[in-house]
This record gives sequence, structure tokens and C-alpha cells, in this order.
Amino acid sequence: MKPKRKKIDYAKWGYIFIFPFFAAFFIFSFIPLVDTIRYSFYEYYRSGIKEIGPNFVGMKNYVSLLQSDMLKYAGNTLILWLIGFVPQIVIALLLAQWFVDARLKIHGKQFFKVVIYLPNLIMASAFAMLFFTLFSTNGPMNSILMSMGLTDHAIDFMGSVSGTRSLVGLMNFLMWFGNTTIMLMAAIMGISPDIFEASELDGCNSTQRFFHITLPLIRPILAYTLITSIIGGLQMFDVPQILTNGQGNPDRTSMTLIMFLNSHLKSKNYGMAGSLSVYLFIVSGILCFIVYRMTNDDDPDGSKAAARKNRKAGRR
Amino acid sequence: MKKKLVSIVLMTALAAGTLAGCGGQGGSDTGDSANVQTGGDAQGSSSDAAVATATDEGKVINIYCWNNEFRERVELVYPEVKETSADGTVTTLNDGTEIHWIINPNQDGVYQQKLDEALLNQASAAADDKVDIFLSETDYVNKYTDAEADVAMPLKDLGINPGTDLADQYSFTKITASDVNGVQRGSTWQCCPGLLVYRRDIAKEVFGTDDPEEIGAKVKDWDTIKATAGELKAKGYYTFSSYADTFRLYGNSIDAPWVAPGETTIKVDQKIMNWINDSKEWLDAGYLDKTVKGQWNSDWNQAMGSSSKVFAFLFPAWGIDFTLKPNWDGEDGMWAVTNPPQEYNWGGSYVHACTGTDNPQHVKDIIMSVTADKDNLLKISREKTDFTNTQSSMREAATDDANFSSDFLGGQNPFKYFAPVAENIKIAPLSAYDQGCVELIQNSFSDYFQGMVDFDKAKANFETAIIERYPEITAVQWPQ
Amino acid sequence: MNSKTLSALRSIFAHVVLVILSFMCLFFFYILFVNATRSHADLQKGFSALPGGYFWQNLKNVANDGTFPMIRGILNSLIVSGSCAAICTYFSALTAYGLYAYDFKLKKIAFTFIMAILVMPTQVTAMGFLRLITKMGMYDSLLPLIIPSIASPAVFYFMYSYLQSSLPLSLVEAARIDGSKEFRTFNQIVLPIMKPAIAVQAIFTFVGSWNNYFVPALVIQSKDKMTVPILIATLRGADYMNFDMGKIYMMIMVAIVPIILVYLLLSKYIIAGVTLGGVKG
Repeated sequence: MKPKRKKIDYAKWGYIFIFPFFAAFFIFSFIPLVDTIRYSFYEYYRSGIKEIGPNFVGMKNYVSLLQSDMLKYAGNTLILWLIGFVPQIVIALLLAQWFVDARLKIHGKQFFKVVIYLPNLIMASAFAMLFFTLFSTNGPMNSILMSMGLTDHAIDFMGSVSGTRSLVGLMNFLMWFGNTTIMLMAAIMGISPDIFEASELDGCNSTQRFFHITLPLIRPILAYTLITSIIGGLQMFDVPQILTNGQGNPDRTSMTLIMFLNSHLKSKNYGMAGSLSVYLFIVSGILCFIVYRMTNDDDPDGSKAAARKNRKAGRR
Repeated sequence: MKKKLVSIVLMTALAAGTLAGCGGQGGSDTGDSANVQTGGDAQGSSSDAAVATATDEGKVINIYCWNNEFRERVELVYPEVKETSADGTVTTLNDGTEIHWIINPNQDGVYQQKLDEALLNQASAAADDKVDIFLSETDYVNKYTDAEADVAMPLKDLGINPGTDLADQYSFTKITASDVNGVQRGSTWQCCPGLLVYRRDIAKEVFGTDDPEEIGAKVKDWDTIKATAGELKAKGYYTFSSYADTFRLYGNSIDAPWVAPGETTIKVDQKIMNWINDSKEWLDAGYLDKTVKGQWNSDWNQAMGSSSKVFAFLFPAWGIDFTLKPNWDGEDGMWAVTNPPQEYNWGGSYVHACTGTDNPQHVKDIIMSVTADKDNLLKISREKTDFTNTQSSMREAATDDANFSSDFLGGQNPFKYFAPVAENIKIAPLSAYDQGCVELIQNSFSDYFQGMVDFDKAKANFETAIIERYPEITAVQWPQ
Repeated sequence: MNSKTLSALRSIFAHVVLVILSFMCLFFFYILFVNATRSHADLQKGFSALPGGYFWQNLKNVANDGTFPMIRGILNSLIVSGSCAAICTYFSALTAYGLYAYDFKLKKIAFTFIMAILVMPTQVTAMGFLRLITKMGMYDSLLPLIIPSIASPAVFYFMYSYLQSSLPLSLVEAARIDGSKEFRTFNQIVLPIMKPAIAVQAIFTFVGSWNNYFVPALVIQSKDKMTVPILIATLRGADYMNFDMGKIYMMIMVAIVPIILVYLLLSKYIIAGVTLGGVKG
């Protein structure tokens, strides 16, 4: 009897502990969200300073969005995200591994760590402004390239699809790789040194150790990185917005979903913006579900399942 | 168990409450906007009475604008100004009334967004929180002078008779600030006739003279300037920097508004198509600098520097002083102005009395002294270099070389050239969609100019972008 | 022998890569610094690799501009970002611990729910958020910039992951046996263990909040409540009349210096926290 009563007692604490989160969420996110969803079924926008609607139109907003270029922008977003994320995660893993590897004897570790995180501190919009100036046709990048003899005429970086996309990718990479490195480093350092020692005794080399011990053990943090990066990617806005002046030039090939959403918000088209938001919401939900599944339940050696069983058994 | 249940009940109650609150909120919102319309009307007519008696004015005048430009001019010429606080947010008048400056950046439409919110709440706002004066730019003045929206008070309701009190103003500025019925709902101190500003050294090298009259003859209309562009090209110079430079000349002379009143179809004017075709032709012919894409970017700024190969720019008074001058790194006196190939107007800030103001008398006084008083406006021209909005004073300035000649222009008096342009400006018919149309057509076709997309794709991109911006637009018609 | 040269090569390679990356990162700061030391006229003339002599002038212009309360703005930003970082990390840790250490009926649902809202783009709810806080009388105040950060799903998820990897439940059990109350257990045993995670997330939250423009631009109206990004936008939006790029770069400089300071302070703390380690797997 006694342990059971105690359990109910603890459950109460669970609710108490998570209450502030949910209260804040319901007030500041849920109500606005419901607002958004509600208006997604309405024709509701401002024309000048006159308000049109809200008139209920059912799924009309959703249908007309599907007929628009939304899918193209989704594609753009995905491409822009991949260009930034792939190098980001590779470099970050490499650096995190190097930083914790005592035998590499990295000099000035602290310095490097501080430096690679720095770009993340600048406002994305300010960063994009800098890039815009640096890479403009008559800008410093071109004069540097020309004086080094690498090109004989000014390169129109932002005039080509690949140029603009690469710049966006480069910026996202620079802004986030340090952040990811620090996070992964924290994760790797959280792994018990005993495990590494044991693996060394077993004759693991550093590559093996990385793929067979480090990677699997930091999977939760990797999943976290992937998920936050996907969310960040879906929400990509400031950088392409400022670099392309909100137009996604050239030919709307670097228009992201949130830029698309922003252009609806700018025109105060709550209905359309609402339904676009719902699409975004659903898509990002699905993506994250997949990633979460992939990284958490994929359990090749069964050690996790075993651990879970043990834990359950222990509690009983 | 019981406690658990309680917390669940609490949570669901909370959720339900918020849901209900939400529904109510949406309903009351639309109610509010309806109130503004009808309440605005009532206010508009009752303010007539207020002006007539002008007894109890509010203690606070709220002025919405996007920079210090208007404040500085009010401080300069409005005699009632006593002092302005150090941070520039409050100006105190002699009778103790305070002007509160509510400044929001124009950038990203923040200014209009905040102003629109305030206007929607105008009817229910406390007297001291009501908007009394707000400013608008030519690009979106039409949105606020709209008769149906009725947010900018007709000037006659303030006791200003545009026919007599503002008779000296340039008539196109009065038309610009009027609604479809011809009721004037705003007034401006500034008028922005544009000129052609050219480099004297390049002119001498290519044409053997930098005399404004002779250069003026070489750029007097589009056909002549095209031939001149060929001469410049032969010597390795560009006529203008970017295709966007010439846009105002075409765009401000369209015959019909982008969107006719009451319609939802955008009709692209033939003049716009001329701009597109000419720009493509000029760019391909090498008369424009291919590396300068649009305006307000660093490439464009650099094109105004001494190492640039660009012969001329098209600027109104503010453009010369605040854009060209800061970007010029050579000596003074290297530039000169002359007539443009076509008269045009670029920019201008309009002052509106806001419907529902509790300070109609003050508002009237401010508008009169900043936008209609000849001496005041001459003073603004002298001290702030604006081309101001009284015809007689500008005619004086045109001959007053002692006070108005410019060192930057090598001793030339630009007002001599501004004044005739201003008198010949025929303002294009406006619509509430101008800002978006102008911005988006330039953006959509810049890909076409640079050869990134073909003509039809650029058209399609414009259609997509414009409908995104203005959901009520149903179609875009292109001229045959 | 062979493995020794190999590891020496690896070490050299690692250093080269690090130097290149660091150069790329610092390069932009250097450009920013150079630009902040040049006058508007200099800037428009083009790029220069060497700093100009306009640093103090720009700084004075920014600091003395009455319409532009820089010090006040930095203070506001510090208040908002500091509070955000504090309550966000505390409540996220609390929530994570609540869901990790306790068994209760709604646990799974609550967890799934948070995971679902993790992906909600903030822009989506902005308009409704603005209407709501206006109704609650919090328009033009700093509170709506701070309080909502209690519910930060992403930070929660990080904390949860961290707890999974570093807090053995036996530790909690042990504390209970010692008679520790639940809140005390959390504050005195769990929080110290989570220090590294908290430090990391505190930086991220602080920086995110410091650089946030979107929400403050909607909410803040009066000058004395403006945060740094709004001030920069105000500067940039001050169109042709007093448009001064030198001032803008200086303002960006001024805006990131406090962040860098906070970061430098906390970064040491993180490293220390991790290496001292209350964490044993």
C-alpha cells in the first residue's frame, strides 16, 4: 500500500513541474495559434486601410495555395537548408571530435571555440547586410578576386541562381557550425571516459571509436541538432530576405516559405497567411516525427530497449 | 486521483476559456473597424463645429511620421514652438500644448503598419491618444486620402479653403492629395521636380562643353538623349547607372492609374512597357551600367563616385543633397544640373489632419504655416534645401542666385531649372496600389533585363508577386 | 612510429582547418569593425581593408543622438535577454525534469504535445499574439517579450535529452531517501548536474532574444522601451535625410559587444562545468 500512495504523491509533482510551461504555452502560443487556424478558413485581409472579411470560405485558401508556387518555394527552402546544413553537421562533428581528442593537442582550443561561435552572435539581418555589400558586383570580394588574378571580370554573385543559393548556404553554415560544434562537444564530453578507455584497450582506432561509440552515444543530441536545424531551415527568413531584397531573386529561386508567408503578412492577408501557416505546421510536424523516429527507435543493438526494460523493471 | 482530476479540469477549463476569448476577440475586432468608418464620419462632421468654436483643444498633439524631417521643419517655421525635448520626442508649444512625435521607420512597411493600427483604434482611443496629424509619401498617399476610408480629414473641414488658402501651391501636389471626388485631404511643403544631374568633366571630354544649356539640348527628349547616349558610349561612358534611374520619368507619366477606382484589375500602362523595352534596349546597347542593379544599394552609390563611368543621374532636390552629395568623393563644382528628357516628380511627404483629432485648430495652424506660408517655405528652401511648394517663392528663388546658388553645382542655381519643371509636372493618376506596383514591376523585370528569364516569365512573376501583395487583385492586363 | 606521424599529420591538418574556419569567422567581424571606423562618405566610396579614423566620431554620433537612446536600448535588451535566458532555462529544466523523473498519466501525451509544438514557426502566431497582448494590456511593455519564453519547446527538448544521458534516476531516489523534498531535490541536486546544459542554452536564448527583431517590432512602441535591433532598424529606416551607414555599423558593433562579453564569461563556465563533471554516465 505504502509505495503506491507515494507514487501518486510524486505524480502530483510531475504536474506541478510542467504546469508553468503549459500555462505559458496556452496563453501565448495556443490562443494565437487557434486564431491563425480559424482565420485560415476565412477570406480576411486589408485593402488599404479597409478590412475585407472575415468571410468564411472553407478550404479555398488551402486550394489556392496548392495552385500557387508554394511547392516551388518549399523546394527552394529545402535546397537552401541542405546547402547550409550538410557542411555544417560534417564540420561540426569533425571539430567536436578534434576538440575532445586530447591526443591531437590542439593549441588555442579555447580561442578556436570562442571564435567559431562568434558569427552566431551577429544579428542575421546585419550579417546578411554585410554579405550583400561584400559580394555586390562592384564590392570588395570582386576586387580581391580580380587583384589576385582569379577572374578578369566582376562576378555577378547574386545574379545567378547558384551564386545566390551558395551565398545563403555559406551564411547559414558560418552562423551555425560553431553553435552545433559546441553542442556536440558538450554531448561528447558527457560520455563517460570509461567507455573510451575500454574501447582503447579493445584496440579501437579513432575512426572506429568515432563511428561505433561516439556517434551512437550522442544520438539524442544529434537528433536535437537535426530537429532544431530543420525547424530553423523551415523558418529561414532574414538571410535570403535581405540578400535578395525580399524578392527571392533571381526568378524567385531563393524564395523561402517564410518569405512567402511574410509577403502575405505584409499584405495583411490573414486568411492566406493562416492556411500557409497550417501547411507549414503540418509539414514540419511530419518531418520532425520522421527524424525523431529515425534517431530514437532505430536501435540496432537493442541496448536501449534493454535499458528501458531495466528501468521499468526497476521502478516496479 | 482526485488531485489529478482537478488539474485536468483546470487545464481544460483554461483551454476552453482561451478559445472562447478568442472567438469574442475576432468578433469585436470587426466591430471596431466598422466603428471607425461610421464613427469617423460622425467625427468629421462634428469637428466642423469644433473648428468654429475652437475652445477646448486637447493638450497633446500626436503626430505620426517616419523621421525627423517634418519635426525640423515645424521647429523652423511654426511660431508657436517653444522647445523640443533633448530626445526629440516631445515638442512643447507656447500655450503648453505638447506635440508628441511618434516615429516609426518606413522600412519594411513598419510605419504604415503602426499607423494603420492607430487609425483603426482612433474612434475608441482617449482624446490624448488620438492621432492628430500623420504624414504619407507620394507612393502611398492615395491609400490614406481614400474618400471611403475617410481617415484624412478634408482640409475644408479644418477651415482651410484649398482654392484660396493654397492657391499658390503647385497644382499637381493638390491633386495628389485629393480623393476621387476632388476633395483635398492633405497638403505638402515640398514638391519634388526632378532634373538631370551630370558630370561636368565627362561632358567636357565627350561634348567639348559643360554648359547646362547645351547639354540640356542634348538630352531634351528621349530620341535626342538616345543619340547622345551613343556618343557617350563611344567614349566609354554610361549615360545613367541603372534601369531603375529612368523609371520615375515613365512611371509618373502614365495615362491611366494602375488600378481604376472600384476595379480589381491592374492595367499596365503602355508607358511602363516603353520603360521595359527601352531599358532592355539601353542595357543591351551598353548605355547603362550592367553591374548596377536597381537603386539604394552600394553599387549604385559607387556609381556616384569620382571613379565611376556614369555620366548622369535623375534626381529631385533631395536626391542631389542627400544622395549624390554624400557619395561624391571629388571636389565641389564637378556636377551641374539641366532639364531632364521629360518632366517628372519624385517623392514628397504629405501632411494630413487625422479624422477624429481633438486639436483641429492647432492642426490647421501647423498645416498652414508649414505648407502654405510663402515666407516660411522660402525659409525652408534656404535652410533645408527643399524645393518648396509655393509657386511665387520658387520663381523668386529661381532668379535669386545670391541665396540659392550651389557650390556643389559649381555656382549654378538649381532652382532656375527646378521651377519650370515643377510647373510642367502632370502628376500621373494615382491608385492605392502604386507603391506595390512600382516596386514589384522593377523587381520582376530586373531578371529579364539581366537575361535571367524571358519576357513572359517576367510578366508571370510580376502577376504572382502583385497578387501576393494585394489579395483583392483579380487580374493583370498587359497592353497589346 | 607510423601511428605517431599519422597523428602528427592529423594534428597539423586539424590546425589548418581550424585556422581557415577562424579566419572566415573573424573576417566578417573585421569588416564590421573597419566599416564602423569609417564615415558614411568613405563607406560609399567603396571597401577598404584598413580601418579609418572615424571610430570616435561614429560612436559619438550614435551615443549623442537624442532621438536614439542607445544606452537605454542596450539596457532594455539586457533586461529582456537576461530575464529570458534565466526563466527560459529554469522552466525548461523544470519541465524536462517533471517529464523525465515522474510517472503520471498524461506524461506521454504531454511529451508528444511538446514535441509537436516544437516545430511551430513563431511568425505563424504573431498576429494573434499581438491582438492578445493588446487585450491583456501588455502592449508596449517588455513583459510580453519575456514571459512567453517560459514555454520554449526546443530548450525543453535539449534539457530532456541531457537529463536522459546524464541524470540517473537512482540519484533522485537517493535524495528522496535522504528526505529531500521534490523542489529541493530539483534545485539543489538536479540543477547543478544540468549546469552545462543550462549554460549552453542560456547563451543561445540570450543571443536569440538579443537579436530578435520580429516580435519586439510588433510589440514595442515607445522610444524608452526599444531594444537594440529595433533601434538599428530605426536608424536604417531613417531614409535619405539622416542616413548614415557609418552610424549603423557602429550601432551593430555596439550591439554585439555586450553579447560577446556575456558569451566569453559563460563560455569559460561551460567548459569548466563540463570538465569538472557532476556527470557520470
